[in-house]
Amino acid sequence: MLFDQPAAGNPIDNGTVVGRPVLRIDGPLKVSGAARYAFERNDAVTNPAYGFVLGAGVAKGRVRAIDAAATRAAPGVLAVVTTLDHAPLSRADLSAAMLFGGDMIEHYHQAIAVVVAETFEQARAASRLLKVDYEREDGRFVLAAEAGNAKPAPDRENGGPDAPDVDRVGDFEAAFQQAAVTIDSTYTTPHESHAQMEPHATVAAWEGDRLTVWTANQMVNWAIRDLPRALSMGQDKVRVVSPYIGGGFGAKLFIRSDVVLAALAAKAAGRPVKLALQRALIFNNGTHRSATIQRVRLAARADGVLTGISHRGLSGNLPLGGAEMATSQTKILYAAPNREIGMTLAAMDLPESNFMRAPGEAPGLMALEVAMDEMAEKLGMDPVEFRVLNDTRVDPHNPSRPFSERHLVECLRTGAARFGWSARRSRPGERREGRWLVGMGVASGIRNAIAMRSGARVRLEASGGLIVETDMTDIGTGTYTIVAQTAAEMLGLTAAEVEVRLGDSNFPRAAGSGGQWGAANATSGVFAACVALRDAIADRLGFPRDRCEFIGGTVRSGNEVVPLQEAARGGGLTGEDSIEFGDLEKRYQQSTFAAQFAEVGVDAFTGEVRLRRMLCVCDVGRILNPATARSQVIGGMTMGLGAALIEELAVDPRRGFFVNHDMAGYEVPVHADIPHLDVVLLDHPDALASPMKAKGIGELGLCGAAPAIANAVYNATGLRVRDYPITLEKHLHALPALALL
Amino acid sequence: MVNGEGRAFDGDLRTTLLDFLREHLDLTGTKKGCDQGQCGACTVLVNGTRINSCLSLAVMHVGDEVTTIEGIGTAADLHPLQQCFLEHDGFQCGYCTPGQICSALGALDELRRGVPSHVTAELETSVSPTPAEMRERMSGNICRCGAYSNIQDAITQFVGEAR
Repeated sequence: MLFDQPAAGNPIDNGTVVGRPVLRIDGPLKVSGAARYAFERNDAVTNPAYGFVLGAGVAKGRVRAIDAAATRAAPGVLAVVTTLDHAPLSRADLSAAMLFGGDMIEHYHQAIAVVVAETFEQARAASRLLKVDYEREDGRFVLAAEAGNAKPAPDRENGGPDAPDVDRVGDFEAAFQQAAVTIDSTYTTPHESHAQMEPHATVAAWEGDRLTVWTANQMVNWAIRDLPRALSMGQDKVRVVSPYIGGGFGAKLFIRSDVVLAALAAKAAGRPVKLALQRALIFNNGTHRSATIQRVRLAARADGVLTGISHRGLSGNLPLGGAEMATSQTKILYAAPNREIGMTLAAMDLPESNFMRAPGEAPGLMALEVAMDEMAEKLGMDPVEFRVLNDTRVDPHNPSRPFSERHLVECLRTGAARFGWSARRSRPGERREGRWLVGMGVASGIRNAIAMRSGARVRLEASGGLIVETDMTDIGTGTYTIVAQTAAEMLGLTAAEVEVRLGDSNFPRAAGSGGQWGAANATSGVFAACVALRDAIADRLGFPRDRCEFIGGTVRSGNEVVPLQEAARGGGLTGEDSIEFGDLEKRYQQSTFAAQFAEVGVDAFTGEVRLRRMLCVCDVGRILNPATARSQVIGGMTMGLGAALIEELAVDPRRGFFVNHDMAGYEVPVHADIPHLDVVLLDHPDALASPMKAKGIGELGLCGAAPAIANAVYNATGLRVRDYPITLEKHLHALPALALL
Repeated sequence: MVNGEGRAFDGDLRTTLLDFLREHLDLTGTKKGCDQGQCGACTVLVNGTRINSCLSLAVMHVGDEVTTIEGIGTAADLHPLQQCFLEHDGFQCGYCTPGQICSALGALDELRRGVPSHVTAELETSVSPTPAEMRERMSGNICRCGAYSNIQDAITQFVGEAR
């Protein structure tokens, strides 16, 4: 099904099942521990051996030799596979790091060996007997020190192959010099880790020359492309299965070392092998979000109208990697006639940086939306009103290109009213409750809707059951449930009557989970398949295709009413199709919007920051399921609190690795950090985005969350911290004076 | 005893309680998130007290009564707290969820026994399961999906129903 015209009315508009807070259909399995994640597929393989991974102890250099004699002789050991046994495996698309093979070390904890033994304990003990001889080289580990070597990082995702180094409109420098009011601030954001709860894990089994991997992967369609290539196999010889995934946030977009090592180890051992990356390896072996250094300059008239926006940024990565595109959203968030926006990228020797939830926007808005707060204060304007004044209806870099739907102003106004924004003191540091300095902050959020081809197969069984199959994944986003809701709406059933099978490369290729594109595209693919099935049912029943209604388990045409299962009595019927997209995405800017409001208390004596309440108002097109949508948003807000106040991968600048590579050293928000979070979901279906009129919500909740908190901290203390995370030592020195007030 | 059934262990002495449950008994509802006692995903109840099963060796539990998520309720017959998690969408990816549920039950039992926490204001009166108490006591169970707000709602409903 080609989607190249605005969606007309369709059965999804009925809202009988879609749009309802249907409880997760996979929920009973998850709350009872019965859902089996990758490492737990004891139901699928028998007698697996255990793999244990060794990561490199240097950040850059070469492995001269690995002495595995003692390891091979250790109790229970079945095989040892070292990086010197293999030529470098080809990199996955969009990936920077080599996963395994060869003698070159590109980053700390790069996988250099896997030990296979009868038990986990034996494999772990034997791995410690490996003797590795390294040739260590110096590397580039500090982003600020590499600024002078950075290269432009054009925004090809939005600007195409010919995207300029810097996106310019008008003459920013002139506007900046002539402006009545200006802001020029530099912000730094640290390296961050996805730190998903389930480690990267794979069970691999060979049958002759055929390989099956039960793995934790967000993008089965990418894995089935990249894994066979890495192993020099035909795609038809590999099967990737990933029905339950214990969180990803981008960490599991690509095949990682666990899956290639499990496959190689299983081959070497002649047995199925299960392995999970040890937690202490994940932070340096896997990917992370790069640190950024960002400079924002704003120019405004005295009445608050922006005349110029400059957002320039720097991030780092391995030489073959891409940039954290922290400036891209600035092209479309606010109007201003003069603009210059662009990223640069420094080649470094730290572990690979790659996509993490809301790549670009998350750190980018931590700079831009604080700069907006600074400008509002300098103008003497309310930060909400300042944002409303500078809203845009079109892409400011291409004014002939309107937004499909854009209700940012409604988000801001709705949120301000609900949050009690009018109670905010415009002068910072003025609200005191006992030992607490109290402040409120606001920020806008924006994240694009990305259209991707997505397929599904829907089968009406002779028994009357309806089964949906797609290689789409559910990483906690609620895919199982919204897919069931979509099929149920299309066929006139309840969600409970639909069986959903996900995450298997034997199923039709779907969009996968990433970039908040999963929900809208995957359900649109299911929509397309359901249209095909509806046609097949109509044909079977001899009804005209365009005059059939599917309601309450029946098919109706004119005065005739037939039970749905009647159609399959002569044998099951299948509908299979994909959604494909025309150029609506090019003609219209399709984005999702949020307004985030936060209230914090800052302990005047210790500097400790506590989030007291928080609200996010979202404009994301049609809400497919308000319960799971809300969960996505509060998850983003929670991660935003981490980004604002807690999270930082600390770099050892001499040895070139992330020091705090575990769940205690890399602190993330815990229960005690998070109060009740409030979410409002506006209802503005977007007929230009997809037949579902939905756009996606998985990353939006993170967008603007951290700067809203940062702005609230400033409003509480009067001290602006531009170096994230805002830990207490960064403002404590100024607080004793404030505390005497 | 695991979930009321006698279980024998004759494996490697280095085997953690967590790996005994997952790898020997195929009770995979108890999750391995970090294997270092930092994330709480492996929380189980031992003689009614919650512990990180990754920090405990299987051989240390001869004669103990271990309760895992499988012993609390099944998909077809959910425990009331599991039902509250379901109704409040108190999870997303589901990986930390069994640990959250075991931990909440253990924490509520600690409250019944009058065990104070960092946020308990009065030590001489009984401690009640307020949201602040439960947030404090649940902070050893990380949920990276960020379902905390909904988990608290689930626990609050469960506590209300249990009264």
